[in-house]
Amino acid sequence: MMPQSVTGETPRLVVDDLRITFRTPQRVIEAVRGVSFAVGREKVGIVGESGSGKSMTGRAILRLTPPRAEVSAKRLSFGDTDLLASTERQMLKVRGRRIAMIMQDPRHALDPVMRVGEQIAEAIPAERRGRAAEDRDRVLAMLEAVHIRDPRHVYGLYPHEVSGGMGQRVMIAMMLMPEPSLLIADEPTSALDVTVRLRVLAILDELVAERNLGLIFISHDLNLVASFCDRVLIMYAGRIVEECVASELARARHPYTRGLLASLPRAGDTRARLPVLARDPAWMTSELG
Amino acid sequence: MSGETHPLGNVTRAPGLRAWLTAEVTASPRQASLQRLYYGWRRLRNNPTAMAALVALACLVAVAILAPLIAPEGYDEQNLAGRLLPPSGAHWFGTDDLGRDILARLAWGARITLMIATLVAAIVAPIGLLVGTAAGYFGGWVDAVLMRVNDVFLSFPSLILALGFVAALGPGIRNAIIAISLTAWPPIARLARAETLTIRNADYIAAVRIQGASASRIIARHIVPMCLPSVIVRITLNMAGIILTAAGLGFLGLGAQPPMPEWGAMLSAGRGHLTGAWWLSAVPGAAILITSLAFNLLGDGLRDVLDPRSE
Amino acid sequence: MIAVRDLRVSFAAATVVDGVSFHVPPEEMFGLVGESGCGKSTVLRVLCGLNPAWSGQIVIGGKAMSPVRDRAFFKDVQMVFQDPYGSLHPRHTVNTALTEPLAIHGIGGADGRVAAVLDQVGLGGAFRYRYPHQLSGGQRQRLAIARALILEPKVLLLDEPTSALDVSVQAEILNLLTDLRRQRNLTCILVSHDLAVIAHMCDRIGVMQHGRIVEELTADQLNENAARHPYTIELLAASRGYDRALGERLADE
Repeated sequence: MMPQSVTGETPRLVVDDLRITFRTPQRVIEAVRGVSFAVGREKVGIVGESGSGKSMTGRAILRLTPPRAEVSAKRLSFGDTDLLASTERQMLKVRGRRIAMIMQDPRHALDPVMRVGEQIAEAIPAERRGRAAEDRDRVLAMLEAVHIRDPRHVYGLYPHEVSGGMGQRVMIAMMLMPEPSLLIADEPTSALDVTVRLRVLAILDELVAERNLGLIFISHDLNLVASFCDRVLIMYAGRIVEECVASELARARHPYTRGLLASLPRAGDTRARLPVLARDPAWMTSELG
Repeated sequence: MSGETHPLGNVTRAPGLRAWLTAEVTASPRQASLQRLYYGWRRLRNNPTAMAALVALACLVAVAILAPLIAPEGYDEQNLAGRLLPPSGAHWFGTDDLGRDILARLAWGARITLMIATLVAAIVAPIGLLVGTAAGYFGGWVDAVLMRVNDVFLSFPSLILALGFVAALGPGIRNAIIAISLTAWPPIARLARAETLTIRNADYIAAVRIQGASASRIIARHIVPMCLPSVIVRITLNMAGIILTAAGLGFLGLGAQPPMPEWGAMLSAGRGHLTGAWWLSAVPGAAILITSLAFNLLGDGLRDVLDPRSE
Repeated sequence: MIAVRDLRVSFAAATVVDGVSFHVPPEEMFGLVGESGCGKSTVLRVLCGLNPAWSGQIVIGGKAMSPVRDRAFFKDVQMVFQDPYGSLHPRHTVNTALTEPLAIHGIGGADGRVAAVLDQVGLGGAFRYRYPHQLSGGQRQRLAIARALILEPKVLLLDEPTSALDVSVQAEILNLLTDLRRQRNLTCILVSHDLAVIAHMCDRIGVMQHGRIVEELTADQLNENAARHPYTIELLAASRGYDRALGERLADE
């Protein structure tokens, strides 16, 4: 079966039967066990709890899995590039250039001794670089695009001088500089306060729409993903147990998805106890019809 | 996972022992701590250099224990007829300028080296831990006073400082041990303080504070166990330096006094014959080298095993 | 049971808690909600005696508190920390962690008490001689709760007890806290950044921003959308997920 994206266009990213295995002398751990999906010009959410394999899936697309991981797939391709068969050298042309990745904590991803603006300028691919003043203008324009009110001031700051929310905006600006066509965001707002989170998501939302991007949004937060993305993949124990249109998450059928939704406390909820998820060993293997 | 408990009586059964040590459910405090030791041992076993070092040190201990068997005549039996004999079947490492068998002296000397190493470690570890954890935990003036004292000791090269102490206390092996201990505790205290500073604000220390524990209880039962692994590693690594300092004091005639077969003193005694009878210096020199190297490699291996992050 | 009046805490030049007052009647659960740096955790640390540098008035169980607490105080007031990975001593087994408070207070019958409290938090005897690294996040938090309860306190302070856990585990821990609170008639203060958790658990809620309680309301008022302060309304909206219109309005602020 050839995975199709929701919009009907040819998907940019195709993942078919992705498997990631870790072997230790004691045991074999299957972190991802046969995951298939496709992403076009849309926002796809991957939701799961810790250990579900969601982050590993995101990393495998960019071939950023740890060295001990064994990655295999029937197909792992982006446009006409076979990501599994590419050499490390060819991957350099994909990573950051055509597929960019936003991490959870921007302050770990930025160089602490380099000004924020210079780091963003570094992200401009060599062949597109112009004179220093031109590059600077492009960085300032990008900072403006991520709704930073005083780009000139922020340009000269060091990473420790910016707040978490500002850092994540800088990170987004940096990742968008090479004009990628797919963005992978791994828990991009989990380290942020809830109200800051909304602001950053709004910026991400706007940029994805304006710049014709595909987005893979990896998160543990079912509510957030459902309200932000177009489509949601729910992962459990290394597999996708359910896939649904985000707006119809409330009608999810898989007992795991339903259990997760029910176990969330909500403002305005009068239940004395929360229903606890009863894990069924059958979820490890069975597909939902 | 089984809830079944293994009675302690089963411990001696060999196949049961491994299962007992690797059981996912530990049923008694003894099993839990033995299991930790067992897993540590398994990790150490996978490190070839550390194992080689361990074997070398085990040989050294065996030689020290078996010295009366290896050299029943003792370390001081002279034979002026057989002076400066090169290594041969009768004298594996040759004889010295008084015709004493060098192997015999080396074997008895291993006892001295090990005694110095053990005593210094036994003196330095508690002092270093106590000073370091107290300085780190209390901070403020306690920290300032203890660390300035520490700085004074640290600012001299350890051999020079040991020389000074021995000169004041008088030569001899006991004073050498005291002098070496005085120079060896400051780095341990520094290390324990640095560890304590990172631990002191941890939530698990806050948790025991709000149980009402006294400062001494927190230090002894909660902070020291966390510092202990790195202190053990550091002392093992420093052991090479301690042995070299002891040998250095012996070499200068300020450590063990003749006719005691201290390796440094042997090396020193042989230096006059370096061109004619190289084995007089080379053999104790090699013994010092191998022992310090072994302690160093073992320390490296222990660091990998005892690192709490590896669990 | 707990009364705080005009509590102020400053670190160096920064004022972290700037005149906080609230009152928690016996057997009630009071919630403090706010974002990082709003001072909510500092309030808890002051209450349990971990932070002695404060001014204002604190009364717990009818007794005015001084910055330094005596040992008996800790029998009555206990705390559960946010990160179950950091709040358990890595080299102490479950058994050691639970017998330590008993030993500090010279309470006998440790064996039976440990078994009972383990049962109560749903861990059972099989866990007794395990080390924290052999436990899952949820199991660790159950152990942390057991450790707080073994001294049979009257007041339990909860600092983001579920924010490091998966949602399905969060539900289990929240249910456990609900049950324990009923069984033991505990007076609780729950601190969280998650308004939904606070609204689910608490009877009354204080919304904190910049070191002050900007609004205090009952759970019913919150559920009936009776919140007045714009910050509370924003938090409430944010807790319902992403809302494009709201997000875009906020993005330019």
